[in-house]
Amino acid sequence: MSALLEIRDLRVTYGFGPSAVPAVRGLDLTLESGSKLGIAGESGCGKSTLALALLRLLPPTATLSGQILLDGEDVLAMKWGRLRAVRWAGASIVFQGAMHSLNAVHRVGDQIAEPVLLHGHATPAAARRRAAGLLEQVGLSAARVDAYPHELSGGQRQRVMIAMALACGPRLIVADEPTTALDVMIQAQILRLIEQLVADQDISLLMISHDLAVLADTCDRLAVMYAGRVVEEGPARAVYDAALHPYGRALSAAFPRIGDPASRRAPRGLPGDPPDPSALPSGCTFHPRCPVALDLCAEQDQALRDAAPGRRAACVRIDAPVPAEPLS
Amino acid sequence: MSGASTPGVVREAAGGPLGTEPSGRTARAASGTRAAYPLYVAGKLGGAAVSLFAVLVTSFFLFRILPGDPVKAMTHGTPTTAEQLATLRRQFGLDLPVWQQFTDYCAKALTGDLGMSYQFHAPVGELIAEKLPATLLLTGVAVLIYSTLGLWLGTRSAWRNGSLGDRLNTGVALTLWSVPAFWLGLLLIIFFAVGIGPIPGMFPTGGMSSGDSTGFGQVLDVAHHMVLPVITLVAVGYAQTLLVMRSSLLDEMGGDYLTTARAKGLRDDLVRRRHAVPNALLPTVTMVFINLGHVAAGSILVETVFSWPGLGGLFYQALSVPDLPLVQGLFVVFAGAMILMNLLADLLYPLLDPRVGR
Amino acid sequence: MTLEKTPPTPPTPPTPPTASAAAAAPSAAPPPQSAAALARARRRASAVRFWRRYRTHRGGLFGLAGLSLIALMALFAPLLVGSDVQSVTAAPGTALEAPSARFPLGTDQFGRSLLSLLVWGSRVSLTVGLLAAGLSVAIGTLVGIVAGHYGGWFATVIMRVTDWFLVMPTLVLAIVLATVMSRSIWTVILAIGVTSWPTTARLVRAQTIAVESRPYIERARALGGGHRHVMTRHVLPNVMPLVLAQTTLGISAAILTEATLAFLGLGDPIIVSWGGMLQDAREAGAVSSGHWWYLAPPGIAIAFVALAFTLCGRAVESVLNPKLGVSR
Repeated sequence: MSALLEIRDLRVTYGFGPSAVPAVRGLDLTLESGSKLGIAGESGCGKSTLALALLRLLPPTATLSGQILLDGEDVLAMKWGRLRAVRWAGASIVFQGAMHSLNAVHRVGDQIAEPVLLHGHATPAAARRRAAGLLEQVGLSAARVDAYPHELSGGQRQRVMIAMALACGPRLIVADEPTTALDVMIQAQILRLIEQLVADQDISLLMISHDLAVLADTCDRLAVMYAGRVVEEGPARAVYDAALHPYGRALSAAFPRIGDPASRRAPRGLPGDPPDPSALPSGCTFHPRCPVALDLCAEQDQALRDAAPGRRAACVRIDAPVPAEPLS
Repeated sequence: MSGASTPGVVREAAGGPLGTEPSGRTARAASGTRAAYPLYVAGKLGGAAVSLFAVLVTSFFLFRILPGDPVKAMTHGTPTTAEQLATLRRQFGLDLPVWQQFTDYCAKALTGDLGMSYQFHAPVGELIAEKLPATLLLTGVAVLIYSTLGLWLGTRSAWRNGSLGDRLNTGVALTLWSVPAFWLGLLLIIFFAVGIGPIPGMFPTGGMSSGDSTGFGQVLDVAHHMVLPVITLVAVGYAQTLLVMRSSLLDEMGGDYLTTARAKGLRDDLVRRRHAVPNALLPTVTMVFINLGHVAAGSILVETVFSWPGLGGLFYQALSVPDLPLVQGLFVVFAGAMILMNLLADLLYPLLDPRVGR
Repeated sequence: MTLEKTPPTPPTPPTPPTASAAAAAPSAAPPPQSAAALARARRRASAVRFWRRYRTHRGGLFGLAGLSLIALMALFAPLLVGSDVQSVTAAPGTALEAPSARFPLGTDQFGRSLLSLLVWGSRVSLTVGLLAAGLSVAIGTLVGIVAGHYGGWFATVIMRVTDWFLVMPTLVLAIVLATVMSRSIWTVILAIGVTSWPTTARLVRAQTIAVESRPYIERARALGGGHRHVMTRHVLPNVMPLVLAQTTLGISAAILTEATLAFLGLGDPIIVSWGGMLQDAREAGAVSSGHWWYLAPPGIAIAFVALAFTLCGRAVESVLNPKLGVSR
């Protein structure tokens, strides 16, 4: 299998000069074609910035560097025309909060048909048929093409977003917190729907969430982000069940496991708040909250290193050779 | 169509493994909610009727409860004998009890009888009907032009928020907004109608036509007479549309749905034209209608300055006497125009914005 | 112009009478500073913060400079031009002289210096503008707070009346009022004040409802604060910034309305005002004889003052609510 998406040393900074705030600080990730990668982290860790950066949708105040190779082509180096062609046709996004991500005064059918018309050079009638077909694929009635977003429930709107993401047959779908603000029953339905569609149509999935359990359930591999970097990466179940990085452990302990009495007694949650991106702690950014920090952690930044076959983590307590190329 | 369609949420949760929507609930949900529109219309019509009634109450009592005797106010300054006053009182029905005067007044007003003009010795209703077309023509053209201009410049300003062009644009608009309309009119007359130094008088100083042409020539003649008053109304009025359009577009520009539109691969100008501007237009449209209501009253000064034979000029003439029945009648008409335009804005809004009122 | 100067009922008395201050803040532990001193320091700090943000608005600074100029001119008018400028009998020149070294703006039909009249007229414009806007905003604030505080059918009725006033053609109503009442500057102030309050009432009501939903209002009630206490000590200081912005914007509208009324001959015929000067000019045939120098200056003066207040008002508004996107 070849890599569909390869992110190399991605950095995103908001603002300029002395007031610049780093949101993503040197991020490397690889997504194999046809696989599902989950990205977990607290709010403010840079995961939503990452989603927008993939299609260069960040506001003009953001500066990007590094490489985002989509099918071998660097998104950051594309010309505007090429970029617009890749948007939605190459990779599409299911945004969080479908209420605001859909245009309230356009019918959902028109909104789904819009990219079809744009990228597929279809006739309006064909685009409309396609929109109706897509709505049926996501479990809505085809007649809903004439509905306005406010006439749909939260779950239905998210289904519309998913139908829209499928519209141009992309090879990659980025799902940015697709189930936030939905109630638990609907959440599970939406996740199953995404899983099934991705499997049926051989689409790769990059799913972003704060909910480690959801990601472990849906994805093949899992990356845990902290303060704009990946601190742990590996097979989803393995990371969820036995994280190597103390932050990964804390994050997975925050979600109780059904049928495991030990998880109820184990200390859960994490003291302190996520770090302020404009004033990051020295050394390993996690050390002020780390239960197992050493004195050395306050001074020495920890690079992501191989910890086990197919697993990497950025912690001083991992006894493995440091990669030849140190990360900043 | 009944509004009894099942709310989506309940059914969806009960669906299959993928929550497949059961067929049978088709487009009904979408159109069923629209049945609420007649109710909405009825509510708005009721509100307008209450407002209209309140206007009648005000116009009736304003001239009776405020300090001074209406008859004395009518004869303002003119020496009158007690006998003449008594005659006037009887003539205007002022010797009847107040409640009876009021019901008489309302009943008459509703049939279009607004009393007799003291000055022209003609029914107020007839005078107003005679002058109405001129005002509608002038203000209609002016509102059309300044709404278009305001929307266009406001959109441009918001797209380039903070740029030199934006600052210049809002600066000029605010300055013109601060200018008294009648003064601008007078200056335009001096410079372009009377003529100063090298500038010849290109336009008529006032009136609506020179009266000696017919057919197409008359149309041109009226247009020629309209140039300066329209420029005055547009210059003073477009700022408001501009500022509202600008700020509502700036509000929309932070919207997540615009990120979605960009992510779909739309060009920036399409994102704006197809998504941002239509959304931002909604609050502005309401304002254009309210402006239409205002402008009838707002043209009082411009019509006076340009001797335009419309309601505003009539109002000024009525004031200078003062011809109270006429002032009163025009007050009802001006307020009625406001109520009508607000009503139209209310009725139109849900048709433009699917989120409201259906 | 700062936030601190305007509130007629400051949250704490400016001079610290310790007893009432202690009553206002019944805290158990003796504070190192008196509550009044603390409140004063806090308000000074917020005024400084306000000024810092205000001065980044170039338009606002222009407006403020213009206002200071006009205010000084109005205050020192008797010294600048002498208090007998209005006298028709002691006029220094002959009728309708064109601008010259002696009369830089020419003379009116009585031979009075137009420049002197212009300077004198600023007094009427500012007085009427300030008092009328003050009256209008006072009514609006009272109605808004009462309607927002009490709620229920009472508020519904009040707001219904407000809505109805809002659809009235304000200028026509003011003209009618000025027509029916006797000719005086007080009539003009009253006519403008009682017709232009509804906008303020709506804004203040909304703000009052927002403020009263905050938890500390509930605490104040639980501590035995009555309606009066809540309205004057908690709601009023919070709506004050909004009221300030409204007043500033209202003044420019009031000045324009005053000029209009005076131009229609509804002002006090004895007092010289800018609108009245324009009426005089028109009656003296300035239009048909092309005496633009008679007409231009009063209009420019009106526009200048109205613009200055508008610029200040917009700057204040955008400092209080940066989302409005007022350009700087």
